[in-house]
Amino acid sequence: MGNLKRGLTYLFLTVVAIVSIFPFLWMIISATNKSVDVTKGRLLPGSHLGQNFNKLLDSVDLVPALMNSAKISVTTTLLALLIASLAGYGFEIFRSKTKDRIFNILLLSMMIPFAALMVPLYRMFGSISGALPFIGIDTAASVILPTVTTAFLIFFFRQSTKMFPKDMLEAGRMDGLNELGVFFRIYVPTMKTTYAAAAIITFMSSWNNFLWPLVVLQSPGQRTIPLLISNLGSSYSPDFGVIMTAIVIATLPTALLFFAMQKHFVAGMMGSVK
Amino acid sequence: MIFAFYFYPMLQALLMSFQSGAGTNLTFVGLDNYKRLFTDPTFIATVTNTFIYLIVQVPVMIILALFISVLLNDPKLKFKGFFRTAIFLPCVTSLVAYSVIFKYLFSNNGLINTMLMKVALIGEPIQWLTDPFWAKMTIIIAITWRWTGYNMIFYLSALQNIDNSIYEAAKIDGASAFQQFFRITVPMLRPIILFTSITSTIGTLQLFDEVVNITKGGPGNATMSLSQYIYNLSFKYTPDFGYAATVSYAIVILIVIFSIIQFKVAGDRNG
Repeated sequence: MGNLKRGLTYLFLTVVAIVSIFPFLWMIISATNKSVDVTKGRLLPGSHLGQNFNKLLDSVDLVPALMNSAKISVTTTLLALLIASLAGYGFEIFRSKTKDRIFNILLLSMMIPFAALMVPLYRMFGSISGALPFIGIDTAASVILPTVTTAFLIFFFRQSTKMFPKDMLEAGRMDGLNELGVFFRIYVPTMKTTYAAAAIITFMSSWNNFLWPLVVLQSPGQRTIPLLISNLGSSYSPDFGVIMTAIVIATLPTALLFFAMQKHFVAGMMGSVK
Repeated sequence: MIFAFYFYPMLQALLMSFQSGAGTNLTFVGLDNYKRLFTDPTFIATVTNTFIYLIVQVPVMIILALFISVLLNDPKLKFKGFFRTAIFLPCVTSLVAYSVIFKYLFSNNGLINTMLMKVALIGEPIQWLTDPFWAKMTIIIAITWRWTGYNMIFYLSALQNIDNSIYEAAKIDGASAFQQFFRITVPMLRPIILFTSITSTIGTLQLFDEVVNITKGGPGNATMSLSQYIYNLSFKYTPDFGYAATVSYAIVILIVIFSIIQFKVAGDRNG
């Protein structure tokens, strides 16, 4: 490969990388600056991080929103992994014509846009609000329930299970483990990377979910982080420094999770494409 | 669970799409809602916007992601990990958070305009958010920024499964890098390209967070997305669940049509 071509490759990749990182850097820098400096486009870190943070704590219910988001995301992720991996395992290990057909129907649900479900779902939760208030409108459960099973995740686990060494399952059964034992003792530990990738995807989408929480969570006390930020961003006299601080805090959990599990994540994604 | 939260609501929506009325007082009106679609200027505007997003954004993003992943797949390339992480980083952000950031970056006296003016590329600020054309461009730029890295990961994974000996053989036969790309890479990746183009299409048809948080659908209805229109119909103005359900079905029909087209295009190349 020629030197010129090599140079162009690096130049191009560097430009793309800078464009990708720049909004992040700007967000972090802006979180340390005064509102005026942010609007002026100051690109140097300032000394207002502490002040911005305090203002943020004073002006909105940051901590409750973080707690709401955490509660919803962690529950969703745990339940989703359990359900989807059991389903993916079942579909692949105990294959039959009927199951393949059911699986194809499940895949169809991936094509249904959420916007199309929103109105009937809202009415559904509205009508059970009276009988079962703990899962009705304005509860964490009403956010979690519709998002906990996704065909995508079942598909993801099924694809990965295709690579699973089936002899290990046989060996486990011979040793007298029942089917759940085989699943939890053998399958789960060997599929770590798949679980890691699935956990990141699910946690991120749940943490960042906006539309459905916007619809069902109506009282301010139930608000999640994205709702809080959207609200801050559309206020009439925005304090840009404070908003940027809020965005940094909202992005931290998913960014940290991603960096901590990056290796497993990439490995897991690759396993599913094979 | 999937039946309870996907298929049952779908049936409900189908029933509701033939009903009309404010709030929960719905009465059957037959096909009236569907007739209304074709004369509803807001609906036509949102469909047009969605088409523009689709036609411009999805091909640009897929070609860009493909190009980047081929470059990154070069075994001799250095700093691969850094580039990969940097380009994937946007996918870590929440849609709402990055939308708010983009809103400020692209505001009239925002950083993008300031920088463009400093390097004298433009004489006066571009009205990124208030001009119908530039507002659409801002949304397209934002979505491309957020999702290119996501698609890139799929291509990278698939590229690593292509046996390197195929490329070696092609090189011996004297194929240029260009020929290798179109004769080997693209055909080998066809299933993944199909997968990403369908998921991107579905994503674009469901666009909501960005539009609401960057432009609020404005100026006028110049950037409003279909999902936002459904949201407005159901929860913002006097709720009209019946008509909202009809618009929902319009999206489902669009997705089915686009998916069939994409399957056809991919299939034809096979033959």
